[in-house]
Amino acid sequence: MKILVAVKRVIDYNVQIRVKEDGSGVNTDNVKMSTNPPDDNAIEEAVKLKESGKAKEIIAVTIGEDKAQETVRKALAVGVDRGIHVKSDNYIEPLGVAKILKKIVEKEKPDLVFLGKQAIDDDCNQTGQMLAAILGWPQGTFASKIEHKDKVFEVTREVDEGLETVEINLPAIITCDLRLNEPRFASLPNIMKAKKKPIEQLNAKDFGIDISNRIQQIKVEEPPKRKGGVKVANVAELVSKLKNEAKVI
Amino acid sequence: MSILLIAEHNNSNLKVFTLNAITAASKINKEIHILVAGNKCENVAKELSLIPLVKKVLYCDSPNYENFLAENLTPLIIKLSEPYSHIIASANTFGKNFMPRVAALLDISQISDVIKINSDEEFLRPIYAGNAFVTVKSNDKKKCITVRPTSFDPAPTTGGSASIEKIEAVNIPNISKFIKREETKSERPELGTARVVVSGGRGMQSSENFKLINSIADKLNAAVGASRAAVDAGYIGNDHQVGQTGKVVVPDLYIAVGISGAIQHLAGMKESKVIVAINKDGEAPIFSIADYGLEADLFEALPQFLEELNKLNTIQK
Repeated sequence: MKILVAVKRVIDYNVQIRVKEDGSGVNTDNVKMSTNPPDDNAIEEAVKLKESGKAKEIIAVTIGEDKAQETVRKALAVGVDRGIHVKSDNYIEPLGVAKILKKIVEKEKPDLVFLGKQAIDDDCNQTGQMLAAILGWPQGTFASKIEHKDKVFEVTREVDEGLETVEINLPAIITCDLRLNEPRFASLPNIMKAKKKPIEQLNAKDFGIDISNRIQQIKVEEPPKRKGGVKVANVAELVSKLKNEAKVI
Repeated sequence: MSILLIAEHNNSNLKVFTLNAITAASKINKEIHILVAGNKCENVAKELSLIPLVKKVLYCDSPNYENFLAENLTPLIIKLSEPYSHIIASANTFGKNFMPRVAALLDISQISDVIKINSDEEFLRPIYAGNAFVTVKSNDKKKCITVRPTSFDPAPTTGGSASIEKIEAVNIPNISKFIKREETKSERPELGTARVVVSGGRGMQSSENFKLINSIADKLNAAVGASRAAVDAGYIGNDHQVGQTGKVVVPDLYIAVGISGAIQHLAGMKESKVIVAINKDGEAPIFSIADYGLEADLFEALPQFLEELNKLNTIQK
């Protein structure tokens, strides 16, 4: 089995983001960046399948500016075999990303594509489903457990009601929840070795497909600020305030 | 052109978030048609026909749609999509699963998790876990939108008389199969719509200790929530998770117990009307957004809280 993993470089999940004063976006200058958290789970799951002998090769792909390569390099350091970096200096919407990934899939012919279920920057939760649709493949979204059974995967999905299990035929798309596994850290020797692994350079413009953005960003703003209230001295005061002041109990 | 809204249901009854999505759709000045696809779901079609904001119910009954697999629902929606300007569903795990498939096949850039509708092409949505809001304008001819249910009130359910049109099922790709659904059954109100939510975090230390949360929840007729840390630690099931990748709740009262207040958790609850934080760490970020903060050991505070509640003559339900 051959696996493709798509990864995205985003503002680190611990950073308190700042909206630019002119409303044009979010400040990314001198801000710590890292791999989108559920993408780390996607990489880990692929590496586990390789370790168990079920996968032969893992390729990590990212789309973005030059620095986006860092996320591929990090994947190479935990067991991914080779990387692909599709260069684009502009933001591409999930639909455009899915179209580029489709081209990569057509060339590499993986049996399985892993993605994070959602990027924590634009919070779209679309790319995996879109890629599955345009490939005509099944999808196991929001996966918290997967099990390989011959030509199918059984995927346990986190849904609002609890858990749902579906069986999907290969080739397939799986989008990963944070609870799918515990991503490993790269060891220093493996980080050194990863520097020698190949990353193929491509350019988004060269695919000859329409990846134009359809959504115009009018304004980015801070949400209404919530003010902190008061500290209460004890439980009795808390209950009294909830009853008589806030009138919610 | 009209709006096509996709109803969420369990084949017997409509799920309430569909009502919130209907209200959202009504902000666009067009007729609302609603698709109910399922197996033996005639009752749901009838329920929908009574909603005054709904003009027409498209009713498609087939075993193909019994479990709402995205691979099976998508071709049906695509087939029906032609005369519609907007395709709308709730931004919960139901809508998030199939809507991007529909959008991609129609070559449309989807707008996810809309919290406000400015016009038929301009929308407000949160990004970065709700730490920024972006106003976007869609330049696609047709729009595919998911709406955040808790940002819109539920639509009234009686008094309408929409027509019901039977729709033929379409071929399904046979690439996926439903195996099972494990739903957590609870006597308590649903997390997404409860008036009061009591949530526990890593500070609870064990699933056993969640009993303390449960007893307060029972007293207040509240739903039980949790931070990701508590779910990851196995204290409670994933369906209780509140936050960026869990559920978004907007109750009248949210009580956060032993939750420090990571950005990702705040994303799911900071629009609550009144927020209470109980935490022994006085510096925890949760206090910066709490209306009432109690710096205390939760293992002492929760039993006292229950005791104080027991003293009250009346408690709102």
